[in-house]
Amino acid sequence: MATLQTRASARLMMTPAVVLLLLWMAVPLAMTLYFSMLRYNLLMPGMEEWAGTLNYRFFLTDPAFFTALANTLLLVGGVLLISVGGGIMMALLLDQPFFGQGLVRLMVIAPFFVMPTVSALVWKNMLMHPVNGLFAWISRTFGLQPVDWFAEAPLLSIVLIVSWQWLPFATLILLTALQSLDSEQKEAAEMDGAGSVSRFIHIVLPHMARAITVVVLIETIFLLSVFAEILVTTNGGPGIQTTTITYLVYVQALLQFDVGAASAGGIVAVVLANIVAIFLIRLIGKNLD
Amino acid sequence: MARAVPTRTKLGFTILGWLVGFLIFFPILWTVLTSFKTEGTAIATPPQFLFFAWTAENYIEVNARSDYFKHFANSVIISVGSTLLGLLIAIPAAWAMAFSPTKRTKDVLLWMLSTKMLPAVGVLVPIYLLFRDSGLLDTRLGLTVVLTMTNLPIIVWMLYTYFREIPGDILEAARMDGASLAKEIVYVLTPMAVPGIASTLLLNIILAWNEAFWTLNLTAAKAAPLTAFIASYSSPEGLFWAKLSAASTLAIAPILILGWFSQRQLVRGLTFGAVK
Repeated sequence: MATLQTRASARLMMTPAVVLLLLWMAVPLAMTLYFSMLRYNLLMPGMEEWAGTLNYRFFLTDPAFFTALANTLLLVGGVLLISVGGGIMMALLLDQPFFGQGLVRLMVIAPFFVMPTVSALVWKNMLMHPVNGLFAWISRTFGLQPVDWFAEAPLLSIVLIVSWQWLPFATLILLTALQSLDSEQKEAAEMDGAGSVSRFIHIVLPHMARAITVVVLIETIFLLSVFAEILVTTNGGPGIQTTTITYLVYVQALLQFDVGAASAGGIVAVVLANIVAIFLIRLIGKNLD
Repeated sequence: MARAVPTRTKLGFTILGWLVGFLIFFPILWTVLTSFKTEGTAIATPPQFLFFAWTAENYIEVNARSDYFKHFANSVIISVGSTLLGLLIAIPAAWAMAFSPTKRTKDVLLWMLSTKMLPAVGVLVPIYLLFRDSGLLDTRLGLTVVLTMTNLPIIVWMLYTYFREIPGDILEAARMDGASLAKEIVYVLTPMAVPGIASTLLLNIILAWNEAFWTLNLTAAKAAPLTAFIASYSSPEGLFWAKLSAASTLAIAPILILGWFSQRQLVRGLTFGAVK
C-alpha cells in the first residue's frame, strides 16, 4: 500500500508537469480573453481602450466569419469522410493475408510522416499544376481538359491534400482495432451461413465502432487547426475561399495586427474545439477505468 | 485458427494491395525521383519516370544557396530538445500517477489531455506578444519551450499507459528490501520502463519535427526549422520543382524512417490508450 511518504513524494513528482501545464493553459488563455475585450491594434500602440463585447460583435457579424466557419466545417467534414471511409476500406484490405503485406503497410502509413508544408507544396506544384502537373498529363492522356485545381476548386484541393495526410492515421488505427477482433466469432458467423456483407455489418462494423469514434474525434481536433497547408498553397484565397477560422485569426493577428478582433476569434475557436473535446475526453475517460 | 486461403484469392488481394499502396505512396516516390532530375526534366511533358539523366546537383545546389543544414540543425535541436525536456518533466509525473494513483489521478490525466485540445490559435496572440517582448521570437529556445508544452500532455499519457503495465509488486518487493526511492527508480523501474520511454521519445520527435503552426508563426530566418524553410519555397521558388524536391526529400527522409520503426507506438500514443 502507498504510504504517506510515497504519497507525498508522488505529489511532488507531479508538481512540475501540473504547474507548467496550468501556466501554459491559463496565462495565455486569460490574456486572450482580456485582449478580446480591448480595442487594441499593434499599429497604434498606447491607444488601447476597453471595448466590452465589441470585438465579438465585430467578429461574429463579419461576413468573413460565416465563410470561414463554412469552410472550416467543409474542410473537417470532407477530410473526415474521405479519410475515415477510405481508412475502413484500407483496413479491411490490409487485414487480408497477401504477399508483401508488411511492405504495403509501410507504404500506406508513409504520408502521415511527411511534414505539412512538404505535402502541400508537392501536391500543389508537382501533381495539381494545371500545365506541368502529373494530374494534368493524365487528363490529357485520356483526352480530357486538365483541371486547374487551385483556381477551380481551391477548398477541394486542400481537402484532398489533407485527406492524403490523414488517411494513414485512420487506416492504422482501424486496422489495429480490426485485428483485435476475435476470428472465432467471424468464423462462427460464417458457419451459420452469414455472407461477407452481413458479417461486415453485424460483426465487424460494431466491433470497429469505438475505434471509428476515436478517429473521428481526434482527427476533428487536429483538423480544426489546419494551418500550414492553407498558408503555403492559397494564403486563404482566392478571396477568402479557403480561409478557415484558424486562418482568419492568423490574418487578423499577424497580418492586420488587430489584437482585439484576433483574440475574440481565438476564443470562438476555443469554444468550437471544446464542443468536440468534451465528447472525446468522456470517451477516453470511460476507457481509463 | 487461421484457415488456408485459396491461392487465387491471395493473389488477387496481393495485386489490389500493392496497387493501392503504390498509389498512396506515389507522391513521396515522385518527390524523391524529381529530386534527381534537372529543372527542365522535372517539368517535362510527358513526365519522365525512370529513364532520365539522374543528377545529384539539386542536393548540392540547395545546400550552397540556402544554408540548408542550418535549418536541418534547427529541426534536430528543436524536436530532440523539446522531447527530452518533455520527458524530464513527464517521467516523474507519469511514474507518480501510475504507481501511487489517488482518486484524482484520472481527473488530472484528463485535464492534461484537455490542454492538448486547446486550439493553438486561441493562444497565438498572447504567445506572440510575450515572445516579442521577451526577445524569444525567432529563437530555438523559444520554440523548444513552446513545443515542449504542446506535446507534454501526449508524453505524460504515453508514459502513463506504459508505466501502468509494469507490475507494481516488483516495486513493492524492492521497497521491502529497503531500496530507497532513488534506487527504486534507477535499478528497478528504469530497465523496465526503457522500451516505453524510447517509444515515447520517437513519437514525440516525429510530432515536433512536423509541427507546422508554431514553427511557422514564431520563427523567421534564424531559428526556422525545415517546416518553415520548405514553406519559403511556396513563392516564387516553388517554380523550381527539382530543388523543392531535393529539399523535401532531405526533410522527410529521416523522420519517415523513424516513423516506420515506431508505427505500433503511433496508435497507442495518438489515441491516448483508447485503441490498443
